[in-house]
Amino acid sequence: MAKILAVDDSASMRQMVAFTLKSAGHEVTEAVDGKNALDIAKKQSFNLVITDVNMPNMDGLTLTKELRGLANFKFTPILILTTEAGGDKKVQGKAAGATGWLVKPFNPEQLLSTIKRVLG
Amino acid sequence: MSIDLSQFKQTFIEESLEGLDIMESTLLNLDVGEADLEAINTIFRAAHSIKGGSGTFGFNDIASFTHVLETLLDQTRAGERDVTAPAIELLLASVDCLREMINALQDEGATYDEEQVASVQEKLEIMLNGDKESNTESPAAAGSTAASEKNPTTTSGWLIKFAPHPDMLRTGNDPVLMFRELEGLGSLAVDVDTKVLPGFENLLAEDAYLSWEIRLTADVAKDQVEEIFSWVDDECELEITALAPAGDTAEDEVVVEPEPQPVNTDVKATPEKKAAPAATKKVAKKRSTSTEATSIRVGTDKVDALINLVGELVITQSMLSQLGEEFDMGKIEKLRNGLAQLERNTREMQENVLRIRMLPISFSFNRFPRLVHDLTQKMGKKVDLKMSGEQTELDKTVMEKIGDPLVHLVRNALDHGIESPEERIAAGKDPVGTLLLNAYHKGGNIIIEISDDGAGINKQRVLDKAVQSGIINSPDDISDDAQVFDLIFAAGFSTADVVSDVSGRGVGMDVVKKNIKALGGAIEITSQEGKGSTFSIRLPLTLAILDGQLVRVGEEVYIIPLISIVESLQIDKKSVNRLAGCSEVYRLRDDYISIIRLYSLFGAKPDSVDLEKGLLVVVEGDGQKVGLFVDDLLGQQQVVIKSLESNFKQVDGVSGATILGDGTVALIMDIGGLIDLSNTLQRDSSDGAVA
Repeated sequence: MAKILAVDDSASMRQMVAFTLKSAGHEVTEAVDGKNALDIAKKQSFNLVITDVNMPNMDGLTLTKELRGLANFKFTPILILTTEAGGDKKVQGKAAGATGWLVKPFNPEQLLSTIKRVLG
Repeated sequence: MSIDLSQFKQTFIEESLEGLDIMESTLLNLDVGEADLEAINTIFRAAHSIKGGSGTFGFNDIASFTHVLETLLDQTRAGERDVTAPAIELLLASVDCLREMINALQDEGATYDEEQVASVQEKLEIMLNGDKESNTESPAAAGSTAASEKNPTTTSGWLIKFAPHPDMLRTGNDPVLMFRELEGLGSLAVDVDTKVLPGFENLLAEDAYLSWEIRLTADVAKDQVEEIFSWVDDECELEITALAPAGDTAEDEVVVEPEPQPVNTDVKATPEKKAAPAATKKVAKKRSTSTEATSIRVGTDKVDALINLVGELVITQSMLSQLGEEFDMGKIEKLRNGLAQLERNTREMQENVLRIRMLPISFSFNRFPRLVHDLTQKMGKKVDLKMSGEQTELDKTVMEKIGDPLVHLVRNALDHGIESPEERIAAGKDPVGTLLLNAYHKGGNIIIEISDDGAGINKQRVLDKAVQSGIINSPDDISDDAQVFDLIFAAGFSTADVVSDVSGRGVGMDVVKKNIKALGGAIEITSQEGKGSTFSIRLPLTLAILDGQLVRVGEEVYIIPLISIVESLQIDKKSVNRLAGCSEVYRLRDDYISIIRLYSLFGAKPDSVDLEKGLLVVVEGDGQKVGLFVDDLLGQQQVVIKSLESNFKQVDGVSGATILGDGTVALIMDIGGLIDLSNTLQRDSSDGAVA
């Protein structure tokens, strides 16, 4: 199954995402903010990155940009989690190189069906 | 697959409360008119996280409240809104509401003040809409129901012309996956167009050159097809047209919707999503009671240290058991070493286990910035709160019990200590007063100091008041400053001429002292008129263990807390005097202290009743010194306190019991209680003598 990097500064959201993905048989690595995620990403590859947008130290958009600059993340699907109902975060996310997005609040089923879109 | 979301509730509650603390302290540091972007961002992020979590876990009332708050903060963050004093007050009120709402999640059936929340929410909305017309969509609509209302057009199928821009692959979108998804809707016929594919030498491996024409035969709405391409709508040319002449298709050709809403268009998911939170809420309620309040958050470093120690212990244990299997007297040295190592491991383990219960005092200090902010606003005073030693650690139970006394002392310092700006200027002081909270370790104790640079304590007024309230008969009864200040802790004492709603109803300070005493601590006051006062609280680090002096009375062993021992001495009979009422006093240098014969108090059989044959342990409790007459001093050791109250019943003069190394039970003396007990007995016996 897929190796997934889940990035969120909120422990409850991170736990929920990680638990859901693990229950679906995926291998999940958790990171608490963009900086932490980038450090992890520099050492290993993943099949998918799921990141929150608003985080301390490094936000999800910067993380996405940084990841796209790494050779092994050039084509890795990156999903951003956003609560902003307006489209600007999605546009900014796409500009930063995100594959797609998932609008909060979402439930585990929605999360799984969304990652299916990028993992096949 | 269904996942029980209630398992994340506790984490959500904890992180939300933390987030609220951060919001509050950041708000308090925010200067009016000055938009500190980093600070506003921090506040925004906390609100944002709470909103995201509450929506996900189905706490819709919290989600709807934070939505308004978040919008307001977002505008502030974008510089569209100024930081004003009323805005800060309103945001602080919102923090209070949220805290109450989140705390209500903890307990089954707990409620919050809905009116209060509604009124704050209304004020937020007024602020949001009032001075700036911005259309806030209702939060419920924001996520789910705003789904596109237009009738989904159905046909026998769709012709999809899909031409990715060269750089589409760089966002990790893979056309193959999209085709697979389309395949899930119906049957596909795909034609690939390779006309823009360059020759091999010009081919860039990372670019997309192919385009496709896809015939999807399926009875699905156009929305569903668009949904699949929603992430790439601005990275491709996309045309979706109805295949066969079908029912009600109005538009033949649609160039991608300008604002695709991927989740929203998922019409089917909406009812499901609404049902889920309701279900989880019920489960969450049932489960909550067992986990809350009794849980404690421990830093991983502490847990790691423990695991490491357990490892050491296992090694020592296996070494000893190996030694035991083939033991002979030649190995006695090895055995001794092993036992010494075991002792070391055990002690370290004990220390580390106790550390788990230790929390930095910042947990208790954190509430003061807000308290000081609110109170000074109310009283029209200006105070600069300084805190130091916030990382000083203290037992969780002690911390919980010291919270209220600290609040009382801080209120007191603000109300009675620090003067109004006018008075301060008149006294030649800085109009802004300083309140200092300080904590540090000293010996086996933690010292917490609350100092202000206010007016100090007016001794004459204290004395007058004490006489007036009948606490003392005449000012001559009191000799030194410490005793004057101690009057403040007497029940029914208050120097406030005007009783304010902040402090000063004459109840409180005595309760403060009682609470601190109950924790085995003490409070002292130093004060200088015109310069300020310092209240200094001394508390044991933990209630579970104490350093004890073992003393022997005949066959019995008692434990005296080391902290209360002043000195131990051999009795010189010449210094013993008998007073009327059968009490004996001992002249210790310039002081007279009464002698308490432990054996008579506890009905034990002593080696000797002759004072010269035993020892006198001078102890201090409740600011009073007494000498305890015992047969002998044994060792000093750390003892684990077992509560008598929970295992037997409360006994005067005894604070608890412990089990000694040889398995016998020893009582731990409560010095304050002991003095009271002996006074009562003496009074009774002297009354008896008179009668």
